[in-house]
Amino acid sequence: MSAPQRTRTSASGWRLAVDVGGTFTDLVLQRGEARFTAKVLTTPRAPEEAVLAGIEQILDASGAAADSLESMIFGTTLATNALIERKGAVTALITTEGFRDVVEIGLENRFSQYDVFLDKPAPLVPRRLRYGVPERIDAAGRVRLALDEDAVRALVPLLRRAGVQSVAVALLHSYVDPRHEQRIREILLDAWPELWITLSCEVCPEVREYERTSTACANAYVQPIMSGYLRRLQGRLAQRGVRCPLFLMTSGGAITTLERGAREPVRLVESGPAGGAVLAREVAAQCGVTRALSFDMGGTTAKVCFIDDFAPAESRSFEFGRMYRFLKGSGLPIRIPVIEMVEIGAGGGSIARLDELQRVQVGPDSAGAEPGPACYGRGGSAATVTDADAVLGRLDPDRFAGGSMALDVAAAREALARELGAALAVPAETAALAVSEIVEENMANAARVHAMELGKTVEDYTLIAFGGAAPLHAARLAQKLGIRHVIVPSGAAVGSALGFLWAPVAFHAVRSFYQRLDRIDVAKVNELVQAMSRDATGIVRGGAPRARLEEQRSAFMRYVGQGHEITVALPARALRAADAPALRRDFETEYARLYGRAIPHLQVEVLSWSLVVRTRSKRSLPAKRAKLRAAPRAPRRQALYDPRAQRFRDAAVFDRAELRAGTRFAGPALVAEDQTTTVVGAGCTAEVDTLGYLHLRR
Amino acid sequence: MKRSALHAIQRQVMWNRLISVVEEQAQTLVRTAFGPPTREAGDLSAGVFLPNGDMVAQAVTGTPGHVNSMAEAVRQFLAAIPAAAMRAGDVYVTNDPWKGTGHLNDFTVVTPAFHRKRLVALFACTVHVVDIGGIGFGPDGHQVYHEGLYVPIMRLADRGSMNESLLAIVRANVREPIQVEGDLYALAACNEIGCRRLSAMLDEYGLRDIDELGADIIERSRRAMLAAIAAWPAGTYRNTLDTDGYERTVRLEARLTIAKSGIDIDFTGTSGVSAYGINVPKSYTDAYTSFGVRCIIGANIPNNAGSLSVVRVHAPEGSILNAPFPLAVAARSIIGQMLPDVVFGCLAQARPESVPAEGASSLWNVRLAGGQAFKAIDAAEVAGKTRFNIVSFNTGGTGARPGKDGLSVTSFPSGIRNVSMEILESISPVLFWRKEYRTDSGGAGRWRGGLGQVMEFENGEDAPMVLGATFDRIDNPARGTSGGLGGAPGRVRIASGRELSGKGRQVVPRGERLIVETPGGGGIGEPHARARELVRRDLDDGLISESAACALYGWTA
Repeated sequence: MSAPQRTRTSASGWRLAVDVGGTFTDLVLQRGEARFTAKVLTTPRAPEEAVLAGIEQILDASGAAADSLESMIFGTTLATNALIERKGAVTALITTEGFRDVVEIGLENRFSQYDVFLDKPAPLVPRRLRYGVPERIDAAGRVRLALDEDAVRALVPLLRRAGVQSVAVALLHSYVDPRHEQRIREILLDAWPELWITLSCEVCPEVREYERTSTACANAYVQPIMSGYLRRLQGRLAQRGVRCPLFLMTSGGAITTLERGAREPVRLVESGPAGGAVLAREVAAQCGVTRALSFDMGGTTAKVCFIDDFAPAESRSFEFGRMYRFLKGSGLPIRIPVIEMVEIGAGGGSIARLDELQRVQVGPDSAGAEPGPACYGRGGSAATVTDADAVLGRLDPDRFAGGSMALDVAAAREALARELGAALAVPAETAALAVSEIVEENMANAARVHAMELGKTVEDYTLIAFGGAAPLHAARLAQKLGIRHVIVPSGAAVGSALGFLWAPVAFHAVRSFYQRLDRIDVAKVNELVQAMSRDATGIVRGGAPRARLEEQRSAFMRYVGQGHEITVALPARALRAADAPALRRDFETEYARLYGRAIPHLQVEVLSWSLVVRTRSKRSLPAKRAKLRAAPRAPRRQALYDPRAQRFRDAAVFDRAELRAGTRFAGPALVAEDQTTTVVGAGCTAEVDTLGYLHLRR
Repeated sequence: MKRSALHAIQRQVMWNRLISVVEEQAQTLVRTAFGPPTREAGDLSAGVFLPNGDMVAQAVTGTPGHVNSMAEAVRQFLAAIPAAAMRAGDVYVTNDPWKGTGHLNDFTVVTPAFHRKRLVALFACTVHVVDIGGIGFGPDGHQVYHEGLYVPIMRLADRGSMNESLLAIVRANVREPIQVEGDLYALAACNEIGCRRLSAMLDEYGLRDIDELGADIIERSRRAMLAAIAAWPAGTYRNTLDTDGYERTVRLEARLTIAKSGIDIDFTGTSGVSAYGINVPKSYTDAYTSFGVRCIIGANIPNNAGSLSVVRVHAPEGSILNAPFPLAVAARSIIGQMLPDVVFGCLAQARPESVPAEGASSLWNVRLAGGQAFKAIDAAEVAGKTRFNIVSFNTGGTGARPGKDGLSVTSFPSGIRNVSMEILESISPVLFWRKEYRTDSGGAGRWRGGLGQVMEFENGEDAPMVLGATFDRIDNPARGTSGGLGGAPGRVRIASGRELSGKGRQVVPRGERLIVETPGGGGIGEPHARARELVRRDLDDGLISESAACALYGWTA
């Protein structure tokens, strides 16, 4: 953190990032090298209160004036929470007649093979508010049954009587021909101008009726509250003298304008984790790491994300409200551009216990902040990962939680001995080591399976660790994965908000348009992609009028007969008929990269076309190795458990703020800072670069 | 003491790692396989075995049909090719229904894993291929010879070289040669991944093999399963369940004994074999029977030689649940998927509070074909029409659970997922006109059975199409328990009125629509005892009709 700078220059003014989380609202204010951070409690009923309070605090600390802000970027869990806690608007759904249950029937499967007592997530719109209207368009866009407009008009009194505020419209094949959906909107707005309406052909113009309908329902469900919140926030900020443009962080790791965010609020879910991935991308760019694995471990979960050539892996689908928090398929799908990451129930608060086979299980449930792990000394009795870390000597008792909380190692030891040690007949340290090893193994397995899904070789990557618990476990996780280099950036405690500042303004469009590659209609494809490009550019220009833009195009392709598509890059220009063989070659190269082997003689088909327009990212300040210098005398020493030697060893404890660029030392050692500790195990060396990042190598 | 404590931790970490290795193996197959049942339903299996054939870990995939049938298959491979004869780079294969997983469409591939030149494990996987020749998929064959190409246990690769002769024979005998060959390559490749990961683990922990680790995993699982069984009241429980069969009703009769030494299920008394392809090889009977037990007892204990060894299944040879070669077996799942219900009926007598009622159970997959010659279709009617073959994977309702309603339109015991209607309509001329809950189909009860669905199909090209029916519970709907009523029976008909049969190929004439109504699940407890707010909710949502509410639930408005 730098000293407040008094000079005010509006041309290169301050940028403010605000991440409204479930518990805390994090703020980062930055101009050039100067950076201020603040953390205030979130005010769930009126989140703008905490935002305003945080802004006061950070402006005070920095001496910056409200009107000197150049831009503000918000990320919020409000949309996610409304979906999970079912606190959205009263929403109705209009579908093709005969298909109103598609959104509830879903995939007809069970997400857990052996659990005959499982519950499926309830749809956002109950059956009594789902209406079918006679109409039908087929896969080729032919009208098989004209829209019954009177049937639509007849719905208006029913919707009014039911107290409906927002309506989702999702008809079969509307991604091919949107006219029936658009006509329904006209008819409804005619009779009821203030009604909120979401069309599936606009929020998700993609094939697969269940996912598209579910996405439209989610958007309709959160739109009234998000729109109200954003309007109130804008008003309050204006009163306070903030006149800079407001941007919103999206799930895809890009920022968008307020207006666009209010139109498609479903794209605002999970913006916090996306911010973390953007931070990792920036660190990778600063350090010149082309193969980075972002590792974000907090109190409840751990997330890993692959970042190749400074671009986080992307996906088109996301699930919210999982009945079983980390079980795929137990939630409701939203089909939007998201940063692809796996999240598992492995955090500092994750609870350890024995299962019926006397195996140590860690998570997925967490002790949370209250009462928290046993070592918090607030009455928590569960043995957690943090307790294991405390017993193994990995935490600095003097600086635990910035010195605001006393670390009760005895309570941690007692909890581990009671919950695990007694039954296993091992001392508390062994139980602690088991907890630590298991949680690290769980994360390593999740990363390995994820790497396989994405066709990547995890050993080739550099781990970028941030979040309160990550630096404690990063070195061992890396070792399990065969990774030799770990980077722990500075300022990681407010990682997501920090990431917001690096995010580009962007818009990601996807449209389904089925084409067999051997008889591709290039003119039609070009027409579609050109229109997508125009729309996306217009949206991005709205937020970044003068910035230089870049565009990437891709297609979702598969062999005829397969069920999963893979993403293949397209040239950023109009396609020509002569491109078909090259497209096939690119598909086969990508297929072979993912699955080891292309298959000759089989036709290839394209299901959807995708395009992203974004502002070019600014050149990063590079992190460099500095002239090596010896480590300073450690201010303190502490007993740190060495898993290999199976005993405690005397370890140096360094204060991170005191370590200068070029400092290099060998483990066992600890590097302490206010929010976390980096564990440098025996056999590991640590080096500080010119940006103050720690590099651990084995 | 310290040494062994660390050892115990390492063992557990390695156990987790082995499970992760087989999950990785399975995921690779899901993403590369061609058969819709594999990629949409996870109709595949992957596992790692000790060199003696004992299974150590198996991936949790979408189908119970491979739960221990694949484990048994590996023993058959070892009998045909002894461990001493195995070489690095070898890959073995079969689709023998009696040595593999029950029908010709399932290929099982086994790969020996060598570490520092020693055989340390076997990796096995199974996948359902899109086509295997013969008369095409369905129960209409009379002998296994009608059902397609039969590959006895042999080498798919010999010390690294693929068996080109076998691949040529496969390509020449199936309707989708490239896809089936692709699946065989995918099977070999996913085992290869398993071998590599295992070697890396052995290097990391400085181990020579997994014999001791595997023996420990198996023994601990066996003991845990015995402990779970011991919590149930010992005794013998009988149950009988009738299913529609093909040419006549098939009776499934079971005697389930819970004892200290495990659970024995004896199917003596079950009907004899059918003349059609609904017969079940024993390995498949074992799979669905033990799956039924494991849903209720020891659900969290991983599958391996230990946990599977204490659930023993006996079915007399010649019964439909132990159908011998060369009977037709392609559609073995119709009967096989009823077995968990048979088991539940036994276990409910021991502990009614822990067991669901019967459900639709057998899948209601709608197979439609068009644009090709078929008896009773005039060739002129299909001339110039699009040739297609599609399968829409569909389900009915599951049985009510004690304390909870059944799940509507949900697969059980299969883990299948449906295919998007928009995708099916993109690749064929079929049009869906309806797919929604079937009002009043859930068996009434204090806890209501899950609802079935109504679907309506048309050939959008104004031409006839052929339905390949594999439907059950038309004559024998799911039963309720403890005063709960049965679920609605399934129904298949032409929209203009004619009822169709639940089994076999039948024509949907040009200009007609096909209506399929899937069965509901059975209820639990007296309907009058159902909470009034739940009756009200079901009425508001149209899940039950007003007349049913009054007549069955004693509802007064």
